[in-house]
Parts: sequence; C-alpha cells; structure tokens
Amino acid sequence: MKDRKPVSPISPRNRHGDPVPMDPGKASTHRPNLGRDIQAKIGQQLRAMYDDVVNQGIPERFVELLKRLDEDHQGHKD
Amino acid sequence: MQVHKRRNDRSEKPESGNLDPPLRDAVLGAVPNLRAFAISLCGNVDRADDLVQETMLRALANINSFQPGTNMSAWLFTILRNLFRSEYRKRRREVEDTDGSYAETMKSQPEQEGRVELQEFKTALAKLPADQREALILVGASGFSYEEAAHICECAVGTIKSRVNRARNRLAELLSIESVDDFGPDHATRGVLVGHERS
Repeated sequence: MKDRKPVSPISPRNRHGDPVPMDPGKASTHRPNLGRDIQAKIGQQLRAMYDDVVNQGIPERFVELLKRLDEDHQGHKD
Repeated sequence: MQVHKRRNDRSEKPESGNLDPPLRDAVLGAVPNLRAFAISLCGNVDRADDLVQETMLRALANINSFQPGTNMSAWLFTILRNLFRSEYRKRRREVEDTDGSYAETMKSQPEQEGRVELQEFKTALAKLPADQREALILVGASGFSYEEAAHICECAVGTIKSRVNRARNRLAELLSIESVDDFGPDHATRGVLVGHERS
C-alpha cells in the first residue's frame, strides 16, 4: 500500500506524517474542505486547459478541407 | 433508432456525397471541441489534428447515419474516440509523449498568470489512466452529461461516474502533493526558470 500511493496531505496525519484513520463519527461521503478546494481547482484548471484549445477556433486546414470536399462533390455531380 | 428521421423530409433522398449545408456547418463548428478532446486523448497536437480530420471525413461519409435532432457533438466525439482507439492499439508505443504535447498547445498562448500551475495540472492529468482522463474531460470540460459520456465511451453510466471520481481523487492527490512543494524554495526557483523561458 505504501508504495502504491504517496501519503496524501488530504488525509489526516499524525505529526510523523503517517496517515491516521478518520474519526468514524465524522466519516461521510464528503471529502474534507481541503479536498473540496482542490476539487474546485481541478474543475477550473481542466476547463482552462480545454478552453485554451477551443479558443484557438477552427484552424484553416479544416475550412480548406471542407471547401475541397464541396468542390469534389460539385465536380462529381452530373 | 426511431422516429427522428421522419421529421426531415429530405432524408428520403440521401444522395451520398451531397453535403447538407447546416450539417456541414455543424461538423465544422464542432472542430474546436473535437480538437481539445483529441489533444487530451493523444497528447500531440499534430496527431490530434489528423485525428480530427479523419473524424470529419468519416462523419461526412456517413452523414446519413446521423439522426437529425440527436446530439451531433456526441456523435462526432464517438467517431473520434473510436478512430483513436483503433489507431492507438496499432501504435501504442509512440503515444507516450504526453507532456511535450500539452506544452506544445501552450506555445501559441500569450503569457498568462497561473501558467506554471496549469502546466503542473497538465502533467498530473497526463499521469492518469487513459479511460479516467477521457471520462473526466468529457464530463468536466466538454460539458457532456454522464449519460452522454457513457454513450460516447460505450460503457455504463456507473462506470463513467466511477472513472470520473477516481480521476478527480487521483488528481487531488497529485496536485496536493505539488501544493506542498509550493512552499518550498524549489518551486520558487522553478517558477522563475519557467518565467525566464518566455521573456
């Protein structure tokens, strides 16, 4: 287990840095706040990365491609 | 599957090769999103663009199998993903250069705040298993519902949900480790170095 994943700071740890079990009374489906902040950030970064590409618009080669296809089809119609 | 087709009278006459302008424009209009998805899949801008081009050709050749009234974008994403999958199996070995490619998408971008951070995010994202990364992108960035993403990936909705969750948790782990670094001198140095690269 130890070699599988490095100790994550999101999980509670004792002062030696070893993970400690969560308080069972507090156990719930929600992650702790730090986790939620990180989740929000992940969403934001994910969209930032994606939008960087989307904002590049339609590169010329694709417009050209369709233009060529249109011409081909015109040519073949008879 | 059913009735949708009827709505479009012209579908009676499916002259192959004749591009219906609205459909043609819809395909072209989907290009920016297809590229963003393709880059996240294959991690290389040039190959991603080739993949998008193949997707367009395939889509236009089979445009009659598209059902008007259904989600054009999801249809195109499905084609792209299938093309990628079959190609990926063939050249698996070459595809590993994910870091470089993400960096490449940044080249044309103006200097921006949080650039280093975004780079770290991309590096973390590249470490995820392909199926998790794909699910996360479809739901978290492309804006598809879990149901649509499941349709595109040809798997159960529950599978998509669990892939997205695992992807988020793994990223949180990777990034929170990085954010511990944030306080160290190492990160500051790195930030300066990266900053200089551009100026």
